[in-house]
Amino acid sequence: MSDLLYMVLVAPFKDMAGSPAFLVEVLIGGVFAGLMYSLVALGFVLIYKASGVFNFAQGVMVLFAALTLVGLLERGAPVVVALALTAAVMVGLAYAIERVVLRPLVNQPQIILFMATIGLNFFLEGFGEMAWGANVKKLDIGIPDRSFIVRGVQINELELTAAVTAAVLVTLLALFFQTTRIGLALRAVADDHEAALSIGIPLKTIWVVVWSVAGVVAIVAGLMWGAKSGVQFSLSLIALKALPVLILGGFESVPGAIVGGLIIGVGEKLGEVYWGPLVGGAIENWFAYVLALAFLLVRPQGLFGEKIIERV
Amino acid sequence: MIYREAGRFKTSYASDQAIFPIVQDRVFVRAAVVAAFVVPPLVAGDYWLQAILIPFLIYALAAIGLNLLTGYAGQLSLGTGGFMAVGAYSAFKLTTAFPRLSIIAVFLLSGLAAAAIGLLFGIPSLRIKGFYLAVATLAAQFFLIWLFNKVAWFTNYASSGTITAPDRTVLGVTVTGPNATAAARYVMALAFVTVFALVAKNLVRGRIGRSWMAIRDRDIAAEIIGVRPLRTKLLAFGISSFYCGVAGAELVFLYLGSAETLAFDINQSFLVLFMVIIGGLGSVLGSFLGAAFIILLPIFLTRLPHSLGLIMSVALQKQIELMIFGGLILFFLIVEPHGLARLWQIGKEKLRLWPFPH
Amino acid sequence: MSHPAPAGPVLEVDGVSVRFGALIAVNQVSLSVGRGQIVAIIGPNGAGKTTLLNAVSGFYHPYEGRIAFEGKDRTRLQPPDVAALGIARTFQNVALFKGMSVLDNIMTGRLLKMRGSFLLEALYWGPAKRQELEHRAFVERIIDFLEIQAIRKTPAGRLPYGLQKRVELARALAAEPKLLLLDEPMAGMNVEEKEDMCRFILDVNHEFGTTIALIEHDMGVVMDICDRVVVLDYGRKIADGPPAEVRKDQAVLDAYLGVAHE
Repeated sequence: MSDLLYMVLVAPFKDMAGSPAFLVEVLIGGVFAGLMYSLVALGFVLIYKASGVFNFAQGVMVLFAALTLVGLLERGAPVVVALALTAAVMVGLAYAIERVVLRPLVNQPQIILFMATIGLNFFLEGFGEMAWGANVKKLDIGIPDRSFIVRGVQINELELTAAVTAAVLVTLLALFFQTTRIGLALRAVADDHEAALSIGIPLKTIWVVVWSVAGVVAIVAGLMWGAKSGVQFSLSLIALKALPVLILGGFESVPGAIVGGLIIGVGEKLGEVYWGPLVGGAIENWFAYVLALAFLLVRPQGLFGEKIIERV
Repeated sequence: MIYREAGRFKTSYASDQAIFPIVQDRVFVRAAVVAAFVVPPLVAGDYWLQAILIPFLIYALAAIGLNLLTGYAGQLSLGTGGFMAVGAYSAFKLTTAFPRLSIIAVFLLSGLAAAAIGLLFGIPSLRIKGFYLAVATLAAQFFLIWLFNKVAWFTNYASSGTITAPDRTVLGVTVTGPNATAAARYVMALAFVTVFALVAKNLVRGRIGRSWMAIRDRDIAAEIIGVRPLRTKLLAFGISSFYCGVAGAELVFLYLGSAETLAFDINQSFLVLFMVIIGGLGSVLGSFLGAAFIILLPIFLTRLPHSLGLIMSVALQKQIELMIFGGLILFFLIVEPHGLARLWQIGKEKLRLWPFPH
Repeated sequence: MSHPAPAGPVLEVDGVSVRFGALIAVNQVSLSVGRGQIVAIIGPNGAGKTTLLNAVSGFYHPYEGRIAFEGKDRTRLQPPDVAALGIARTFQNVALFKGMSVLDNIMTGRLLKMRGSFLLEALYWGPAKRQELEHRAFVERIIDFLEIQAIRKTPAGRLPYGLQKRVELARALAAEPKLLLLDEPMAGMNVEEKEDMCRFILDVNHEFGTTIALIEHDMGVVMDICDRVVVLDYGRKIADGPPAEVRKDQAVLDAYLGVAHE
């Protein structure tokens, strides 16, 4: 018994202290994975705030964006042109989704909309792979995947770039929400659809805008993840990981998405490296969900969410 | 006899409360059930039984289970694969630990084991709703699969990590394992799904079904009538998981013969969810229609280009399949949330008026 | 009823306050509803009427004060427990089970009168089947009473608003409540529908002896059918008495017509 306690409560921390450089590397790996989750979660939050739709297809949008980008690059398009075209495709996609899925389902219960995005998820997955091929592709955007060493800690240039990009993107989005007219309209819509409509905010335009923005966020996420580990189906699985991130951060909070992503990313890596071996490894698969589940029971509204008072 | 109810007045509430209030329906369904037990084993080849009918019956059972939870009680679950795995591994452990235990008892006990696990993961449903709950069930899915993968005890320390169905008999006929004929396994699966479809139908038309639907439709109004949310939801979780557990045990024992955890991954959860949505949320009949559709579509997609002389790669087939599934889910949610079952009903109403539609 | 009903008021609300954060929605309100009475709670929008009803139903718990039903304290009960005591209610914006038929909606109202036995219900056999049919017969009497025979198999969500309100009343009646709480039973109805609803409410009161507390905006209706009127304004009770008296009360007139504050 005391052996077990030692293995669970003491040994992992001794390991950490024994090799701080390794610990830092694990942490960096976790932060990187966490940023990816955050980026996907960010797309979720944007759409949820504006349309109340829980977009299960966000992960596939990441995959779709990456596939489109790689496809264009493979056909010889310069990076800038390919990016612009991909963005155009994502905007077109947002428009199509508003027209075909959201508009007919307006005023349906959330759970129906959620299931609809599961349908969307599978449709886009099939469509994306059919259009661009299903094999694993290397995405090369000119950022070298090499490392340099600072004080004995390996730092990967690509990961660093990704981190900086994500940080810039989040700042931009926050500014967009706080200062522009569209941002203001978005917040109004998020607050109350009908009231927003009645003061002349064009709901449909707002939805297209927000799904487009989520599409662009998906491009960035797809770009980073794809450059790191290749563009492949497993990209869409990070969407599932974004769910616990959202539960941790709260569905309506941009900072929540970021912090939640980092907690899950780092927690998962630490758990896997230091505690995983005790139970046979591969706990990365469920750690995030179980953490989210435990968290739900304590604080259902998330770290940054507001307490919901249910009106009768 | 023309399909009509005019002129046949119901004289008691009992006949009005029956599952099939129209006489022709009742006769037809009874005949169909009898025919289903007798005809395919005599007529259908092994391919039909093994590749289509057996998986259809097993998935129909799982779909009924999920439909009770999602369609009737309104609680979305993405953990169906995990609960099916609990059933399968329990059945394996039970048959190996108690070789003399009847296989029917094994299936039922496996269902109970799954029900217990389902109850456990249903507890958060008191505090959380909708997609929050979906995340809780995802936790069940990933955690359970990981557990069965990592803990060698579940596979009796088999180095391959697979579980295998041993030979077991019912009334002297071998129904599971490598020596069971497809016909015997078919009859076994049919017997289970017949009984449990009937049970499901009985539950949803009575007190329990009404409390589920009340919670689904308007939980606040349900509470003020006296429905206790936690108890009601947990009952739905338990029964739903029971069905999924039995289906999971059948999947290994009557269909696959042996399996790894891969057979119960997240895709299995989605597959059953598709059956429920396409077949019809809140319909027992729809669960059958949905299961048939999802089983037949890939076979159809394999055969169709072949018979048209086209060559379609396996990958392309898979992609088209995904697009059709996704597209149909959107279609049904938007156009007909009650799925194939509702289309069936509309067809029947047309028939009732035929040949005088006005 | 086999046993005699206890004497005294059915419902007693004693100094109850309900707060949401800093907002005091109901402020030290006391009222009592006598057996067999029809009592109206009126007041301008935002006066705290529905909040008070929700506190009685167990959705909100009072911050202070106590609520007693048939003389027993029941301040902190949950909604299902309140239902078990014999209190039924309808909602301001109709809370029917839209996916279920009218018949199933009303049958759900019988829930607490039914005994559960899972195995028998799974088989739909013996006592379970008998019980189902007995309750069906009872529900049919309510359907006849409220004249909704023609729509019993229609999904509730497809009904026009006025009928939905009637079905909701039927569902509440199915529980054979001792106290019936109606939240704006006539909101959004035309004159004819209002007259029907008035008749039903009076019939329920006369024939079943059900005690009724209702919130209503239509003064004509309130004056016609109620034994007593309680007026709330800004969460406080400002008047309580027979309709004729309350109508002349200066505070009530001020609250409704507005008064120039110097």
